[in-house]
Amino acid sequence: MKKSGMFRTQTLRVAVVLPLLTAYGLLLTVSDADAMHISEGILPFHWAAFWSILSVPFVAYGLYRLGRLSAVDLSFKPLVGLMAAVVFIISCMPIPVPTAGSCSHPCGTAISGILVGPAISIVVAAVALLIQALFLAHGGLSTWGANLISMGVMGSFAGFLTFKALRSMKINMAVSGFMAGLLADWATYFTTSIELASGIKGDSPFMPLLWKILIAFIPTQLPLGILEGAMTAGMIVLLYKKRPDLLVKMKVLKAEEAG
Amino acid sequence: MKVHRSKLKAQSFGMILLLLTAFCLLAPSTTAGQKWPGVDESVIEKVAKEHGKEARQPFINTDQGDLLLFVFLLAGAVGGFIGGYYWRALTGKRGKEETQKKNG
Repeated sequence: MKKSGMFRTQTLRVAVVLPLLTAYGLLLTVSDADAMHISEGILPFHWAAFWSILSVPFVAYGLYRLGRLSAVDLSFKPLVGLMAAVVFIISCMPIPVPTAGSCSHPCGTAISGILVGPAISIVVAAVALLIQALFLAHGGLSTWGANLISMGVMGSFAGFLTFKALRSMKINMAVSGFMAGLLADWATYFTTSIELASGIKGDSPFMPLLWKILIAFIPTQLPLGILEGAMTAGMIVLLYKKRPDLLVKMKVLKAEEAG
Repeated sequence: MKVHRSKLKAQSFGMILLLLTAFCLLAPSTTAGQKWPGVDESVIEKVAKEHGKEARQPFINTDQGDLLLFVFLLAGAVGGFIGGYYWRALTGKRGKEETQKKNG
């Protein structure tokens, strides 16, 4: 009875404090529609259509994986729900970078790619980007496919593959998580640069324009990538302490590593 | 000991809140006159404009005065609630037990 009361108090604390703190953080940082995704109307129709069509098989496979895994393992649904909230909040939270005098946001797809796999992480990103494009003046419906390829596909796969590669080399979990977050963030903005350069180049040569965009991103994305790395490492270590069994189940850890 | 820990927690929470506020509100004033544009404005839209492409208004334009603040508040509250709920479901004692029971 006492334990149940304590549980209820703690749940209430989490249910009240976390939304308030998140809303407070978002409110403090929002001044204008400081979106970091490619805005509505920037890409020509054929490029917007190309990126959207390219993203369809990834989303379809992600939905198929989600259905299969949820049917087998019931603890999978809360994890996907948590990741959806994390990716949504992180990817619409503009963070001021004093060294650059501008704002940008981490993506959150590294952590979701590692924990629920890149295919499901793409679905999570697709939903987050759709809500942001519809209601938060953040990104755009016509550029949804392009933003999904950069943040969802590239971010998730870069994070997942980096983490797996480093772990297979027996690198520490926190360091692997950090590098996964860092490279996922940079891969996202590298892909955004390619999408933007190919979409707007017209008669200009592609490579100089790509370099120009990449260099312009560096002052903001360099520190933000480091922040994303730290966040990813922090979340993995926290989950390792709280639910090592879950990490084993999601094949993030081997059973013997969980102790 | 328990009282000391809860006091420490409250202090840490207060410090985070204070730092977040100070960083977001005071930092722009140290570079007077400058705003904090997102990289969409300072990089994407700027380069696109140089190449003859301009951003269109979103289909549902919530970027109108304080409407955007309200939408962000709502998004933060709902997202935070969902995140907190599932975090609790995953890491709480009852959550762990229920998951184990459901999975047999």
